[in-house]
Amino acid sequence: MNQHAGALAPEQRQAAATESVVRLVEVRRRFGSTAALDGVSLSVDKGEILGIIGRSGAGKSTLIRCLNGLERPDSGEVHIEGREISRLGEKQPQPLRRRIGMIFQHFNLLSAKTVEENVALPLKIEGVGRAERLRRAAELLDLVGLSDKAKAYPAALSGGQKQRVGIARALAARPALLLSDEATSALDPETTRSILALLKDINRQLGLTIILITHEMEVVRSIADRVAVIDAGRIVEEGAVWQVFADPQSEVARSLLQGIRPQLPEEIAAKLSPTLGSEAVLRVDVAGEAALGPLLADLAATAGPFRFIHGGISRVQGRPVGTLFLGVASGEPDLSQTVQFLTGRGARVEVLGHVFGND
Amino acid sequence: MSSAMIDLFLRSLWETVLMTGASGVVSFVFGLPLGLALVATDRGGISENLWVNRILGAIVNGFRSVPFIILLVALIPVTRLIAGTSIGTWAAIVPLSIAATPYYARIAEVSLREVDPGLIEAVRAMGGSRWTIVREVLVPEAMPGIVAGFTVTLVTLVGASAMAGAIGAGGLGDLAIRYGYQRFETTVMVAVVAVLIVMVCALQWVGDRLVQRLDRRSA
Repeated sequence: MNQHAGALAPEQRQAAATESVVRLVEVRRRFGSTAALDGVSLSVDKGEILGIIGRSGAGKSTLIRCLNGLERPDSGEVHIEGREISRLGEKQPQPLRRRIGMIFQHFNLLSAKTVEENVALPLKIEGVGRAERLRRAAELLDLVGLSDKAKAYPAALSGGQKQRVGIARALAARPALLLSDEATSALDPETTRSILALLKDINRQLGLTIILITHEMEVVRSIADRVAVIDAGRIVEEGAVWQVFADPQSEVARSLLQGIRPQLPEEIAAKLSPTLGSEAVLRVDVAGEAALGPLLADLAATAGPFRFIHGGISRVQGRPVGTLFLGVASGEPDLSQTVQFLTGRGARVEVLGHVFGND
Repeated sequence: MSSAMIDLFLRSLWETVLMTGASGVVSFVFGLPLGLALVATDRGGISENLWVNRILGAIVNGFRSVPFIILLVALIPVTRLIAGTSIGTWAAIVPLSIAATPYYARIAEVSLREVDPGLIEAVRAMGGSRWTIVREVLVPEAMPGIVAGFTVTLVTLVGASAMAGAIGAGGLGDLAIRYGYQRFETTVMVAVVAVLIVMVCALQWVGDRLVQRLDRRSA
């Protein structure tokens, strides 16, 4: 993985850094009585990785299809590299689609073509000569680490290898934008990690802008810079990944984060009472500075003893983000002192309820 | 069998091969595009046009519902127009082709329909035109089915060509009817049936081998 003909020189990348590759303005698309997209506005900067996350049926697929002109919005504007594409006919977006590479959940490799022919196909469509096509295909297969499979047929590859071929194919025509439609959803966790690492690598080395559509927060967490949460055809939340992880605003984001953020152990959750109990259970969300210092030691010294029930601090985009579950004596002033101390350190504190003793 | 009989036998064999081969080629050349048109113009197809689809479908169904022996006679004016005569082996090729084309079109249609829509989507997403989709996706991906269907069509044509004896086209089927059946020459009947069995088996074997070589869908 060392040669990239598609790489931008650093100064080029610098100059292009501020322009947005994709800009959506109030995009709407209805299917019958349901609004798949209900006024989506969004912009993606050059070199950025944007994760678009939502439950199934939230409008993710329609959104991605509007981006490459496979679907025409009912209203609103779709700008790709400054060009408005949503009003173009069937034939006109064809050259534009060549500026956009796409990878799919089920890879969508042509079974009757060899790996190298699959990778070279976008160039064949562009009218590039056979020798040049195959040279470029070899270069890309080298980039994704599959040089030895050039003559194989897709059926002989594993899922992860197929997706690598899909990535190589998506990059063949030197796109300005890579769309990933649930590209890792059909892969096992280990393969998912290696595919995401490859995408991140490509993003860094080629300065390629990537939009990832997914329903898995883990995917967003591993490689995205920014995340947009979509629900019922609307963007309900948008921001830097670490911010959304630390402090999700929408119900959807909280629910999608459930599997990935620490949760109160069920046996304790079951015993929680809103008023009765000797111990209050607190949920403490910390991020950034607040999570870096000796927070718990200071808490013990200032506000008194507590019980560390569950949770921890992990890193998102290199920033510490954590959720801790603490048990503190229910009596006043201990409880309010604890809450006050933690809030003062920039944490978000929620009293979940009370339990008796040490259960 | 007398030597005259053997001569007749060989001539009949050649006539059957000629009728099957020529009408097979015609049905492939016209049937495959017709099958493509049926898939492309259908709902959700790459050139959706439901009116064209309905009209094509009606024409195909019309030809397919007429019994071949009736089609053979009904098409005599058309045959005379194309082949210059309405009698003989070449004349039989016209109605055989006309009957086999919609038959093969339907078989090809089924294989083309089974191509994963995701592949079409992928090629559209990379900026491929409809023609690119036909050439790079639909036909190559459906090729095993297209070839298997063509084998079925050829075997059906071997059988249908027997009826072409009704317009003096000759062929093995005609030989079996005139000598084996009407003159009670059991040897001729048995020989014809044996040769037909061998022919059909050989066709099927070649077709199956070809399909195996073309099919890359499993490792």
